[in-house]
Amino acid sequence: MLLLITLVTFGIFFGLPKLAGQTTDQLAASYVGKAPTQEAIEATKERLGLDKPIVVQYGNYLKGIVAGEDFKAGPVTDHCPAPCLGYSFRTSQPVLPTLMDRAPATLGLAVGAAVVWLIAGVSTGVVSALKRGSIWDRTAMVIALGGVSLPIYFTGLVSLALFSYKLGIFPGGGSYVGITEDPVKWFESLVLPWVTLAFLYAAMYARLTRAGMLETMNEDYIRTARAKGLPEKTVITRHALRASLTPILTVFGLDFGLLIGGAVLTENTFSIQGLGQLAISSIGTGDLPMVLGVTTLAAAFIVVINLIVDLLYAVIDPRVRLG
Amino acid sequence: MTSTGGNKTVSTSDTAAAGTTVPGAAETSADAAAPRPVRDGEMLLEVDNLGKHFPVTAGLLRRQVAAVKAVDGVSFSVRKGETLGLVGESGCGKSTTGRMIMRLLDPSFGKITFEGEDITRMSQGRLRPLRRDLQMIFQDPYSSLNPRKTVGAIVGAPFRLQNIATENGVKKAVQEILELVGLNPEHYNRYPHEFSGGQRQRIGIARTLALKPKLIVADEPVSALDVSVQAQVVNLLEDLQDELDLTYVVIAHDLSVVRHISDRVAVMYLGKIVEIADRNDLYERPMHPYTNALLSAVPVPDPSERGNRQRIRLQGDVPSPLDPPPACRFHTRCWKAQDICKQVEPPLIELSHGHQAACHFPENTTVSATDEVAKAAVAPGAAPAGETDAETGE
Amino acid sequence: MTDTTPAAGPATGAGEAPTAFLEVRDLKIHFPTDDGLVKSVDGLSFQLEKGRTLGIVGESGSGKSVTSLGVLGLHNRHNANVSGEIWLDGQELVGASPGDVRRLRGRKMAMIFQDPLSSMHPFYTVGAQIIEAYRVHNDVSKQVARKHAIDMLGRVGIPKPDKRVDDYPHQFSGGMRQRAMIAMALSCDPELLIADEPTTALDVTVQAQILDLIRDLQEEFNSAVIMITHDLGVVAELSDDILVMYAGRCAEYASVEDAFHKPLHPYTWGLLGSMPRLDRERTERLMPIKGTPPSLINVPQGCAFNPRCAYKDLNGDKSTTVRPELVEAVPGHKVACHLPLEKKQEIWESEIRPKL
Repeated sequence: MLLLITLVTFGIFFGLPKLAGQTTDQLAASYVGKAPTQEAIEATKERLGLDKPIVVQYGNYLKGIVAGEDFKAGPVTDHCPAPCLGYSFRTSQPVLPTLMDRAPATLGLAVGAAVVWLIAGVSTGVVSALKRGSIWDRTAMVIALGGVSLPIYFTGLVSLALFSYKLGIFPGGGSYVGITEDPVKWFESLVLPWVTLAFLYAAMYARLTRAGMLETMNEDYIRTARAKGLPEKTVITRHALRASLTPILTVFGLDFGLLIGGAVLTENTFSIQGLGQLAISSIGTGDLPMVLGVTTLAAAFIVVINLIVDLLYAVIDPRVRLG
Repeated sequence: MTSTGGNKTVSTSDTAAAGTTVPGAAETSADAAAPRPVRDGEMLLEVDNLGKHFPVTAGLLRRQVAAVKAVDGVSFSVRKGETLGLVGESGCGKSTTGRMIMRLLDPSFGKITFEGEDITRMSQGRLRPLRRDLQMIFQDPYSSLNPRKTVGAIVGAPFRLQNIATENGVKKAVQEILELVGLNPEHYNRYPHEFSGGQRQRIGIARTLALKPKLIVADEPVSALDVSVQAQVVNLLEDLQDELDLTYVVIAHDLSVVRHISDRVAVMYLGKIVEIADRNDLYERPMHPYTNALLSAVPVPDPSERGNRQRIRLQGDVPSPLDPPPACRFHTRCWKAQDICKQVEPPLIELSHGHQAACHFPENTTVSATDEVAKAAVAPGAAPAGETDAETGE
Repeated sequence: MTDTTPAAGPATGAGEAPTAFLEVRDLKIHFPTDDGLVKSVDGLSFQLEKGRTLGIVGESGSGKSVTSLGVLGLHNRHNANVSGEIWLDGQELVGASPGDVRRLRGRKMAMIFQDPLSSMHPFYTVGAQIIEAYRVHNDVSKQVARKHAIDMLGRVGIPKPDKRVDDYPHQFSGGMRQRAMIAMALSCDPELLIADEPTTALDVTVQAQILDLIRDLQEEFNSAVIMITHDLGVVAELSDDILVMYAGRCAEYASVEDAFHKPLHPYTWGLLGSMPRLDRERTERLMPIKGTPPSLINVPQGCAFNPRCAYKDLNGDKSTTVRPELVEAVPGHKVACHLPLEKKQEIWESEIRPKL
């Protein structure tokens, strides 16, 4: 798994400058200032390590992660301890603390949204499946279709305009406040992003759950559960829902892992200083170490989340455990 | 161990007495219900010590940790024009055997000879012309037909695949076959879902007949069908055999269907053949305890027999083919088992004319595998007693 | 026990309390679909006493499984039209509320299904599923229920039940799973047990074990058993009475001896002639019924069996125009066929029986 992450990283390390059609000279030049002299460019290249061959650069980068790295920031030499993801080209700040700085916002956004969409999506799906063909089912599925098709920057802006500016219900929307500063304000500022983000996913999960439930309700073991004389409520929750949840869990692992690496659109729309925003701005300025840092972190998240999902799978389905 | 041969039925023999072909005395008398004339013709299919082990892997490196011994050394042969029935419970390896004969699965060891040619390791390319002669009928008439193709396309596909020129075009040829299997030739352009289960099985049979094969392996051909329809298909298979001079290997778990359709029957248990004999011999004088148990377990549609039948009830389940019991594989469930059954594997040898069983304590006979082994040890290559008897019977 | 032959009970009118333990009267279960009305069960009546076994025989689509689901109230309530009466121990079930029927399910009437693997929940242990079944109807602690579950597993012949109780269904073999299903069905000591093709998915030696088990348990519990199957051998071994279903209706209803030794319906003859038998000399040819079972949307006019019947011409055009009603041809032996009784008996003795 780690191998995979480094490979992905390497691909980006390698491909990004080339794709941008930039020579290393040009890249270095952009960090020197106005009217760069060739001398200054060379100096910057050396300082940033861009003068070495790509393989060496990569090697140094890997070494930094494992052993830490010394970095010449002007006259002083900084030491960056063990899991060192390098220094930003632009700000000369170490990457890792910057990431750690940004992560809570994204994490808060993702976890909150996930809770909202799981509750809303799964329950809508279950009710739709049980009342298949009813008005409720049809309405829910039309809304879900809308939710899947509408882009976040649309729903996000609409909700901002409506709830924040016009109705003033969530005045904090659009200006993120850290949880350590003021938990209440933090909550207020995140309600709209949560709902917006969750709307999209809830729609998807409602459809997924509905399909899964419809399939499960036709299983023989549901018939058995009814034949035992179990109340319908128990049949649905203990027998049907548990079996339908496994495929949802798989998808959830992927979705949540991706989201935690940065909910780019939502963060932009609601100006939340999260990882997604960081990634966008770093790409814009060609800040390689920063982009790399975000990617590696996101990849690590996805891997970890999927590991957790696999373990959960074994808890839910005994056949996986022993098979 | 050699695969001992009966003179009429099994010819992979290397024992001395098995050379001549004789209509055994026992058989003619037993075959009261007008036996189908099985030509004394040449051997069509010979299977020698055939086996298939499926590896069980574990860990990241997919290391092999065990093997499922699905088929573990079976030998039999099929003459032109006869029907061999392969019976056994689920997991005994009968279907795997069928698939290996068809070369849909590669054998782990052993040898398959078809028309005198060794096809065990033949490449798929070289097998292709042979596919005309070797066809298979599958169990499920619902999933084995492509739902997007018309009946005409399904039955006609073999012609196109094998580039066979037909006199009046493929369509005419297909319609003739459809008529042969009792379908309306006008249904040429219909799709499988428009047919009932029995009719679909007829389409499946029509497909295998397209190229006038010599051997058809039928894997549970009727078990997915309703009782009344089963009988139609069984009769159809018999008619086609008479008409087209077909040879069948019928794989089934239903002992009554197998008795009805087969000339000879082989009983499998955990990857081995435990008994093989002419149909009447096997059903009237079963030697292996397992065969006895199987036969007594079949419910009989006659309420007056309810209390009268002597029942043999096997305990427990079939052991896992991952780790089959040593020596005689049946000893864990056998009521006659003795110490020797746990130590020495009984070879499959001929105990009376054309009747082979692998048991130390067989029923319905005076000789046993143990005696045979002892005899063979004294005089290697000598003809077993059963065969000498048959010779005198002639 | 009473030895009521099927038709012997007095003809009770609709609404009257029944005399038998289970009495089904003119049961109809119809499913409206886009293609038309599917008459899965179309006017079925039968009676069953405790301690006795009724075998319902039929091919796929004959309505035999829908009947059993209907008795338990397990049919899809949203899209089925049910009429008629089902009396279980003096209580009418068709008109009862779903909640009332639910409370009877599992306690007073239980069911075993064809495929024990798919019929058990893969995520719960065998024990948990039996405990659940027991605790729905009995207000006991988990420990007591668990002891009961182990006890039940032992009674159906599962070795080391105290260990196996914590296994999952996929860790059981096919036969063991079916035993566990039976243990679950019998956990509340039901008076009516419906077995829907209980041995079809099993090997023949295991089938024999399970049939023995059902027989033994019936004696022990003195329950009424409905055995639904397509296998005439299975019903011959277990049943007291036999009901042959065709296209949602009863074709023949008789004691097991009459049904096998003196059957009166051409369809029953056809079933008997279709199966190769181990207990007879091998016949040269089987005598199949021509054609295939009809679609339940499009049941043939007159007698549903007429397109496949070899004797329909003996009735003029009656077989294709008038639906034969189930009448008591011989005491205790009902049949729905236009052929005169003497003719039927003659055909059976001269044409059918010798060829079996």
